[in-house]
Amino acid sequence: MEFLTYFADVFTVPAMLLLVGGTVGGLILGATPGLSPTMAVALLIPFTFQLEAVHGLILLGAAYTSTVAGGAVSAILLKIPGAPANIATTLDGHEMARRGQGARALQLAFLASLVGGLIGVALLIFLTPVLAEWALAFGPSQLFWLAILGVTIIGSLGTSSVVKGLLSGSIGLWLATVGFDDILGVQRFVFHSSLSGGISIVPALIGLFAIPQVIAMFAEGRRRSSIEAISVEKHPLSRAVRELLSKLRAVAIGTVSGSIIGLIPGIGGQIAGLVAYDQARKVSPDREKFGTGHSEGIIAAESANNAMVGPSLVPLLTLSIPGSPTAAVLLGGLLIHGIFPGTDLFDNHPDVAWPFINSMLIGQILMCVFGLYVASLAARVALVPKSVMAPIVLGLAVFGSYSVQHSMGDVYVMAALGTMMYFLERFGFSAAPLVLGLILGPIAESSFIQGSLIAEATVGPFAYFFGGALNILLVAIVVTSVGYSLYAELRSRRAARDAS
Amino acid sequence: MTALQPRLASGIILLVAVWVCWISFSQSPAEAFLFPRLISVAFVALAGWTFLRSLLERRIAEGGVTLDLVKSILPGVLVAGLYIFFAAKWLGFYTSSTIAFLVILSLHDPAPHDQVRTWARRLAITAAYLAVMYLLFSVVLKVFTPRGLFI
Repeated sequence: MEFLTYFADVFTVPAMLLLVGGTVGGLILGATPGLSPTMAVALLIPFTFQLEAVHGLILLGAAYTSTVAGGAVSAILLKIPGAPANIATTLDGHEMARRGQGARALQLAFLASLVGGLIGVALLIFLTPVLAEWALAFGPSQLFWLAILGVTIIGSLGTSSVVKGLLSGSIGLWLATVGFDDILGVQRFVFHSSLSGGISIVPALIGLFAIPQVIAMFAEGRRRSSIEAISVEKHPLSRAVRELLSKLRAVAIGTVSGSIIGLIPGIGGQIAGLVAYDQARKVSPDREKFGTGHSEGIIAAESANNAMVGPSLVPLLTLSIPGSPTAAVLLGGLLIHGIFPGTDLFDNHPDVAWPFINSMLIGQILMCVFGLYVASLAARVALVPKSVMAPIVLGLAVFGSYSVQHSMGDVYVMAALGTMMYFLERFGFSAAPLVLGLILGPIAESSFIQGSLIAEATVGPFAYFFGGALNILLVAIVVTSVGYSLYAELRSRRAARDAS
Repeated sequence: MTALQPRLASGIILLVAVWVCWISFSQSPAEAFLFPRLISVAFVALAGWTFLRSLLERRIAEGGVTLDLVKSILPGVLVAGLYIFFAAKWLGFYTSSTIAFLVILSLHDPAPHDQVRTWARRLAITAAYLAVMYLLFSVVLKVFTPRGLFI
């Protein structure tokens, strides 16, 4: 119950202001189609430099929580999911809005998000210290395999093509080696002076997540948007609460599915809503009503999306393995404040770790309260044309990258990586494994070097890196996740070929 | 997308991977390149596999880069490139950001260019953007941005 000791730290004026600001801003950004939660959190990182580590993380955590929920606003009122996680919400939410039940749909979405989110954060509170203790048993060889596991699992499970996912991860691992070698001080792969200090994480994160979206907005040209927001009528909140309580099966399915999916590193929340929606439909006596504006669909999808948020941070805060791309960006936010996940976080920085986790609990409540009131405003902001949004995001990316080290080199790196990522995405590559490689690369390298030195003096490299139960377990998980994903991909390709 | 595009893209990645591998194994001291050697082998293997698959692939996937796509992104990318790589340092951060914002906004705004009202709206949006960026970065975050001919 250590978390209770630090509960009061969330109720300070700066922490509450950041929580409210992060929540409202996150709801609006989450509702804006084309701005993913990952990009929103990446763009916020430069603003955390001026803040204490705990306040910076509170801001990022609030934005993470509320961008996921905010995506439901545009899904319901505009029929455009704010993020891929809200695709399932669109199916029933927009139908309800079209029938003049937009307010009811929004209330149910935010209330279901609140329930799922609170249970998800409770899991985070109770599972994290246990896993962090377990992480104490990890030496250099296990840390090396953990870093490799982080890259391979997100590369194999979180992408459409396993080989391209793994290739993206290896590009990230290579980019992490650019600059000076930590032990001998030798320059590696420095083909431009901007790279002599290596590739900074924050400009890389901003470039990889924001610039492809800016270029995608450019691609829309001078097209006039024909989308209109459906206006929100008044609906008593008490009735929505009663309706939610009468649909506990959908809440339970959403919360359990979201929590389990969040705990699995690499999968992320994108499929949580769809899995929960599918399961809720299968067991519902009203299954034929799904897709026609049925409230159970929204409840299952939205409770799952937010239930995923807390558990996705469990592997991040204990083992440095992010549960979702947004969690990977949060890992970057932790590292730039000099905080390393695992036992270090809970033993040496409990004043950072626990207020951050507690703030996510309060953030869920704020998200629900503000979500219900700013939904109409958020839907209007979501209609801001791409012609305005593209230069705003570009400007934030440039200023944000520059402000990290006051270096134009960082801005060049951000632009170059972002442009490269846009074209890579056009060919089926994805940013998440590349970012993971970039973030976990230094951990993998230092563990590998330390392990090699120990191995030389003791049992030899093979026995050191492949011996012992924990190493074998980690290698087995790496091999199984890659092997299973390859098998699943081959099977779906074969099915597609047979169908055509 | 034509079958050539994924081949070209994966071919370029394979060339980069081979270059990384060659540097990793040819540079000294070897200790500094131990980890790059390890990952470059995986890099080459995965890039080689992707290239081979693109050669054998008969089904043409969606995506790729079409001429229409290039035409639509080129003006914005060019303006952004000029802004980031030249104007930001030469003109100053705020001046170049304002110009870049106005140009990109005008390039993609569907409103007709020949109306005074359109330009007044664009200028107002640009001024609001400049004010918010100045407030955020210069006043709140106290970031000292590069000065060029202007600020």
